[in-house]
Amino acid sequence: MEEDFKVIDNYLMVKMPEEIDHHKSSYISENADRFIVRENVSNVVFDFEDTRFMDSSGIGIIMGRYKKISCFGGKVFAINADHRIRRLLMISGLHKIVEIMD
Amino acid sequence: MNNEMKMEFDAISANESFARVAVAAFVSELDPTLEEISDIKTAVSEAVTNAIIHGYDGIENGKVKLYCGLDKDVIHIRISDEGRGIEDVEKAMEPLFTTKPELNRSGMGFPFMEAFMDDLEVISGPGEGTTVLMKKKIGCIPWIEDEE
Repeated sequence: MEEDFKVIDNYLMVKMPEEIDHHKSSYISENADRFIVRENVSNVVFDFEDTRFMDSSGIGIIMGRYKKISCFGGKVFAINADHRIRRLLMISGLHKIVEIMD
Repeated sequence: MNNEMKMEFDAISANESFARVAVAAFVSELDPTLEEISDIKTAVSEAVTNAIIHGYDGIENGKVKLYCGLDKDVIHIRISDEGRGIEDVEKAMEPLFTTKPELNRSGMGFPFMEAFMDDLEVISGPGEGTTVLMKKKIGCIPWIEDEE
Protein backbone atom coordinates (compact mmCIF):
# COMPACT_ATOMS: atom_id res chain seq x y z
CA MET A 1 0.00 0.00 0.00
CA GLU A 2 3.13 2.19 0.09
CA GLU A 3 2.48 3.01 -3.56
CA ASP A 4 -0.53 5.07 -2.45
CA PHE A 5 1.93 7.66 -1.15
CA LYS A 6 4.26 9.40 -3.56
CA VAL A 7 6.49 12.42 -3.21
CA ILE A 8 6.84 14.68 -6.24
CA ASP A 9 9.02 17.75 -5.62
CA ASN A 10 7.53 19.45 -2.60
CA TYR A 11 4.19 17.63 -2.78
CA LEU A 12 2.99 14.48 -1.09
CA MET A 13 0.45 12.76 -3.34
CA VAL A 14 -2.01 10.57 -1.42
CA LYS A 15 -4.14 8.17 -3.45
CA MET A 16 -7.31 7.86 -1.37
CA PRO A 17 -8.95 4.39 -1.14
CA GLU A 18 -12.34 3.36 -2.52
CA GLU A 19 -13.97 3.72 0.87
CA ILE A 20 -12.83 6.29 3.45
CA ASP A 21 -14.21 5.66 6.92
CA HIS A 22 -12.94 5.46 10.50
CA HIS A 23 -11.70 1.91 9.87
CA LYS A 24 -9.32 3.11 7.16
CA SER A 25 -8.54 6.61 8.43
CA SER A 26 -5.72 6.00 10.89
CA TYR A 27 -3.74 4.10 8.26
CA ILE A 28 -3.97 7.06 5.87
CA SER A 29 -3.23 9.71 8.53
CA GLU A 30 -0.26 7.86 10.02
CA ASN A 31 1.36 7.13 6.67
CA ALA A 32 0.82 10.67 5.38
CA ASP A 33 2.41 12.09 8.54
CA ARG A 34 5.35 9.72 8.23
CA PHE A 35 6.00 10.89 4.66
CA ILE A 36 5.54 14.58 5.56
CA VAL A 37 8.23 14.31 8.25
CA ARG A 38 10.59 11.91 6.47
CA GLU A 39 10.58 13.66 3.09
CA ASN A 40 10.09 17.13 4.57
CA VAL A 41 7.31 18.08 2.12
CA SER A 42 5.21 21.19 2.62
CA ASN A 43 2.13 20.43 0.50
CA VAL A 44 -0.32 17.52 0.39
CA VAL A 45 -2.49 16.48 -2.56
CA PHE A 46 -5.40 14.11 -1.89
CA ASP A 47 -6.48 12.21 -4.99
CA PHE A 48 -10.10 11.00 -4.82
CA GLU A 49 -10.17 9.29 -8.23
CA ASP A 50 -10.96 5.84 -6.79
CA THR A 51 -13.15 7.03 -3.91
CA ARG A 52 -16.79 5.96 -3.97
CA PHE A 53 -17.62 6.49 -0.31
CA MET A 54 -16.50 8.94 2.35
CA ASP A 55 -17.82 9.99 5.75
CA SER A 56 -16.59 12.59 8.26
CA SER A 57 -13.45 10.50 8.88
CA GLY A 58 -12.18 11.77 5.54
CA ILE A 59 -12.78 15.34 6.70
CA GLY A 60 -10.77 14.53 9.84
CA ILE A 61 -7.85 13.23 7.76
CA ILE A 62 -7.71 16.42 5.69
CA MET A 63 -8.14 18.74 8.70
CA GLY A 64 -5.41 16.97 10.63
CA ARG A 65 -2.88 17.19 7.76
CA TYR A 66 -3.80 20.82 7.14
CA LYS A 67 -3.05 21.66 10.78
CA LYS A 68 0.36 19.96 10.48
CA ILE A 69 1.57 21.70 7.34
CA SER A 70 -0.22 25.05 7.28
CA CYS A 71 1.92 26.60 10.03
CA PHE A 72 4.94 26.12 7.72
CA GLY A 73 3.12 27.70 4.79
CA GLY A 74 2.03 24.41 3.22
CA LYS A 75 -1.19 23.90 1.27
CA VAL A 76 -3.72 21.10 0.89
CA PHE A 77 -5.25 20.20 -2.47
CA ALA A 78 -8.07 17.86 -3.50
CA ILE A 79 -8.10 16.41 -7.01
CA ASN A 80 -10.58 14.20 -8.87
CA ALA A 81 -13.27 14.79 -6.26
CA ASP A 82 -16.75 13.89 -7.54
CA HIS A 83 -19.76 16.01 -6.62
CA ARG A 84 -20.52 13.93 -3.52
CA ILE A 85 -17.06 14.49 -2.08
CA ARG A 86 -17.23 18.17 -3.03
CA ARG A 87 -20.52 18.39 -1.15
CA LEU A 88 -18.91 16.93 2.00
CA LEU A 89 -16.05 19.44 1.69
CA MET A 90 -18.56 22.29 1.31
CA ILE A 91 -20.81 21.29 4.23
CA SER A 92 -17.82 20.96 6.54
CA GLY A 93 -16.37 24.30 5.39
CA LEU A 94 -13.16 22.63 4.23
CA HIS A 95 -13.43 24.24 0.78
CA LYS A 96 -12.14 27.38 2.50
CA ILE A 97 -8.79 25.79 3.34
CA VAL A 98 -8.51 23.11 0.67
CA GLU A 99 -7.94 23.98 -2.94
CA ILE A 100 -10.31 21.82 -4.99
CA MET A 101 -8.95 21.26 -8.49
CA ASP A 102 -10.36 19.56 -11.56
CA MET B 1 -44.25 -0.36 8.93
CA ASN B 2 -44.29 -2.24 5.63
CA ASN B 3 -40.98 -3.95 6.16
CA GLU B 4 -38.57 -4.17 9.09
CA MET B 5 -35.06 -5.39 9.75
CA LYS B 6 -33.03 -5.75 12.92
CA MET B 7 -29.46 -6.74 13.57
CA GLU B 8 -26.80 -6.65 16.23
CA PHE B 9 -23.05 -6.70 15.68
CA ASP B 10 -19.78 -6.28 17.56
CA ALA B 11 -18.62 -2.71 18.08
CA ILE B 12 -15.49 -3.02 15.94
CA SER B 13 -14.49 -0.71 13.11
CA ALA B 14 -14.52 -3.49 10.49
CA ASN B 15 -18.32 -3.58 10.89
CA GLU B 16 -18.80 0.07 9.87
CA SER B 17 -18.87 -0.76 6.18
CA PHE B 18 -21.00 -3.86 6.79
CA ALA B 19 -23.66 -1.78 8.58
CA ARG B 20 -23.96 0.91 5.91
CA VAL B 21 -24.02 -1.60 3.06
CA ALA B 22 -26.73 -3.63 4.84
CA VAL B 23 -28.93 -0.53 5.21
CA ALA B 24 -28.32 0.47 1.59
CA ALA B 25 -29.38 -3.01 0.44
CA PHE B 26 -32.48 -2.94 2.66
CA VAL B 27 -33.69 0.43 1.36
CA SER B 28 -33.21 -0.61 -2.28
CA GLU B 29 -36.83 -1.82 -2.54
CA LEU B 30 -37.88 1.87 -2.41
CA ASP B 31 -35.80 2.43 -5.53
CA PRO B 32 -33.65 5.28 -4.14
CA THR B 33 -31.35 7.38 -6.31
CA LEU B 34 -27.57 6.95 -6.02
CA GLU B 35 -27.55 10.28 -4.22
CA GLU B 36 -30.06 9.08 -1.61
CA ILE B 37 -28.14 5.82 -1.08
CA SER B 38 -24.95 7.78 -0.61
CA ASP B 39 -26.64 10.10 1.95
CA ILE B 40 -28.01 7.17 3.94
CA LYS B 41 -24.67 5.32 3.90
CA THR B 42 -22.83 8.37 5.20
CA ALA B 43 -25.39 8.96 7.99
CA VAL B 44 -25.30 5.28 9.08
CA SER B 45 -21.51 5.26 8.99
CA GLU B 46 -21.40 8.33 11.26
CA ALA B 47 -23.80 6.90 13.84
CA VAL B 48 -22.12 3.47 13.94
CA THR B 49 -18.65 5.04 14.17
CA ASN B 50 -19.84 7.19 17.10
CA ALA B 51 -21.12 4.11 18.92
CA ILE B 52 -17.80 2.33 18.41
CA ILE B 53 -15.31 5.07 19.24
CA HIS B 54 -17.28 7.18 21.71
CA GLY B 55 -20.03 4.92 23.13
CA TYR B 56 -17.75 1.96 23.77
CA ASP B 57 -14.54 3.93 24.37
CA GLY B 58 -12.52 1.68 26.69
CA ILE B 59 -15.36 -0.83 27.02
CA GLU B 60 -14.80 -4.32 25.60
CA ASN B 61 -17.33 -6.60 23.89
CA GLY B 62 -19.81 -3.84 23.11
CA LYS B 63 -22.67 -4.48 20.72
CA VAL B 64 -24.31 -2.08 18.31
CA LYS B 65 -27.99 -2.53 17.50
CA LEU B 66 -29.40 -1.48 14.17
CA TYR B 67 -33.07 -1.31 13.25
CA CYS B 68 -34.55 -0.22 9.91
CA GLY B 69 -38.19 0.14 9.01
CA LEU B 70 -39.86 1.14 5.78
CA ASP B 71 -43.07 3.10 6.20
CA LYS B 72 -44.38 3.71 2.68
CA ASP B 73 -41.65 5.89 1.15
CA VAL B 74 -39.89 6.77 4.42
CA ILE B 75 -36.97 4.86 5.89
CA HIS B 76 -36.64 4.89 9.67
CA ILE B 77 -33.22 3.98 11.06
CA ARG B 78 -32.39 3.41 14.71
CA ILE B 79 -28.81 2.84 15.82
CA SER B 80 -28.19 2.24 19.51
CA ASP B 81 -25.44 1.27 21.89
CA GLU B 82 -25.30 0.55 25.61
CA GLY B 83 -22.10 2.49 26.14
CA ARG B 84 -21.05 5.59 28.02
CA GLY B 85 -23.70 7.94 26.68
CA ILE B 86 -23.38 11.65 26.02
CA GLU B 87 -23.34 14.21 28.81
CA ASP B 88 -24.38 17.22 26.73
CA VAL B 89 -26.18 16.16 23.55
CA GLU B 90 -26.64 19.71 22.32
CA LYS B 91 -22.92 20.42 22.57
CA ALA B 92 -22.04 17.09 20.93
CA MET B 93 -24.17 18.04 17.94
CA GLU B 94 -22.37 21.35 17.32
CA PRO B 95 -20.32 21.36 14.11
CA LEU B 96 -16.59 20.79 14.70
CA PHE B 97 -17.09 19.82 18.36
CA THR B 98 -15.12 16.67 19.13
CA THR B 99 -13.80 15.02 22.27
CA LYS B 100 -11.23 13.13 20.21
CA PRO B 101 -9.12 15.57 18.13
CA GLU B 102 -6.09 13.32 18.70
CA LEU B 103 -7.82 10.60 16.67
CA ASN B 104 -8.30 13.03 13.77
CA ARG B 105 -12.00 13.23 14.34
CA SER B 106 -13.54 16.18 12.55
CA GLY B 107 -16.56 16.89 14.75
CA MET B 108 -18.77 16.57 11.67
CA GLY B 109 -20.55 13.29 12.51
CA PHE B 110 -23.85 14.72 13.80
CA PRO B 111 -23.84 17.64 11.33
CA PHE B 112 -23.54 15.15 8.44
CA MET B 113 -26.39 13.04 9.84
CA GLU B 114 -28.47 16.21 10.07
CA ALA B 115 -27.53 17.35 6.57
CA PHE B 116 -28.19 14.04 4.82
CA MET B 117 -31.32 12.84 6.60
CA ASP B 118 -34.70 14.59 6.94
CA ASP B 119 -35.00 14.06 10.66
CA LEU B 120 -32.52 13.32 13.45
CA GLU B 121 -33.13 12.64 17.11
CA VAL B 122 -30.51 11.70 19.69
CA ILE B 123 -31.47 10.17 23.01
CA SER B 124 -28.63 9.81 25.48
CA GLY B 125 -27.39 10.40 28.99
CA PRO B 126 -24.24 9.55 30.97
CA GLY B 127 -24.07 5.78 31.51
CA GLU B 128 -27.30 5.24 29.61
CA GLY B 129 -25.99 4.50 26.13
CA THR B 130 -27.03 6.39 23.03
CA THR B 131 -29.86 5.94 20.55
CA VAL B 132 -29.87 7.77 17.23
CA LEU B 133 -33.15 7.94 15.31
CA MET B 134 -33.12 9.08 11.71
CA LYS B 135 -35.73 9.36 8.99
CA LYS B 136 -35.51 10.01 5.30
CA LYS B 137 -38.18 10.24 2.64
CA ILE B 138 -37.15 8.48 -0.55
CA GLY B 139 -38.15 9.70 -3.98
CA CYS B 140 -38.42 13.41 -3.23
CA ILE B 141 -37.74 15.36 -6.36
CA PRO B 142 -35.20 17.97 -5.33
CA TRP B 143 -36.34 21.58 -5.76
CA ILE B 144 -32.98 22.61 -7.04
CA GLU B 145 -31.28 20.46 -9.64
CA ASP B 146 -27.75 19.35 -8.87
CA GLU B 147 -25.12 21.02 -10.99
CA GLU B 148 -24.07 17.69 -12.44
